[in-house]
Amino acid sequence: MAAGQSPLAQFEIKRWVPIEIGDLDVSFTNSSTFMVLTVIAVSAFLILGMRRNALVPGRWQSMVELSYIFIANLIKDTVGSGGRPYFPFIFSVFMFILVGNLFGMVPYSFTFTSHIIVTFAMALVVFVGVTVIAIVKHKMRFFTLFMPPGVPMAMAPLLVPIEIISYLSRPISLSVRLFANMLAGHTLLKVFAGFVISLGMFGVFPLAFVVALTGLEIVIAMLQAYVFTILTCLYLNDALHLH
Amino acid sequence: MSDRPPERELDSLEARLRDARSRAEDIVPESKEKNQPPMSALSLAFRVGVELVSALAIGVAIGWLLDQWLGTRPWLMLVFIFLGGAAGILNVYRMARGFGYAAGYQREENSGDDEPPDSGTRD
Repeated sequence: MAAGQSPLAQFEIKRWVPIEIGDLDVSFTNSSTFMVLTVIAVSAFLILGMRRNALVPGRWQSMVELSYIFIANLIKDTVGSGGRPYFPFIFSVFMFILVGNLFGMVPYSFTFTSHIIVTFAMALVVFVGVTVIAIVKHKMRFFTLFMPPGVPMAMAPLLVPIEIISYLSRPISLSVRLFANMLAGHTLLKVFAGFVISLGMFGVFPLAFVVALTGLEIVIAMLQAYVFTILTCLYLNDALHLH
Repeated sequence: MSDRPPERELDSLEARLRDARSRAEDIVPESKEKNQPPMSALSLAFRVGVELVSALAIGVAIGWLLDQWLGTRPWLMLVFIFLGGAAGILNVYRMARGFGYAAGYQREENSGDDEPPDSGTRD
């Protein structure tokens, strides 16, 4: 396998427009390009789809309405009516991840969700936002989250650090899940695609496998966007209705 | 239906819609078990691993930072490795019991029962 053809070469960040402000490298990379493309695609999908705003929707408009209703129901089921103000944020997160994942399935494209720093930044925004909401809403009562009622005081020095660590591990498990799924799937696709040529005539078997795997990857792309969204909703629910 | 003028019909529809919406207003999710992400055996296994490791990583990070700050290397890190491991086990335990992702303990009715909720056994 030639250098640069490794299964991991697809994740390489390429600076397309090098920009440096002071010591800060803010180059416009292939990752940024696909994020911008994703935002444009989502906006176009929603705005152009609703352009006619017909009472009886056409195909495109029903797709837009379907995605709207899907997230609206998700929020209603998990958070209740108190979650309605946060709909725009959750909907944006869902569409951004979903379209970003699906863009990653286009050959020669770049999957920005396969970088932990991207998913971690998104998870951190969710985590910090949810924590701030909880503190604003419940004031000091928020901190009772770390000290469950009915626990003897003697247990507190042991229990409180454990609860805090458990709480802080949320953004990590949230981001790692999305990132690892995308990274593993795309690497696996490339590895098996590499077998197609090197096995010669028997390459049809890995080829068939790659075709099946591509379908699976598309499912995973949607599923992971959904999982990220529903976890955001569940965290929000915890913040709004403190136990 | 059809002998009524269409505007009246739309009006009554509007009223019924408003009615239905206001009834939907104050729904608070009653059980969390139904709102778990879909789970296959593989994703369950993967989640257990991630929960364990992420809590451990946070524990190590906190211990390391405290050590840097207080100059007590390596003692706090040793303590927090164990606390992180315990937090990881706690995460997995909550997940297996179908408590979801909540920090802290759940309401009384959840913590007392012996039989695990459905979602714990669903695969």
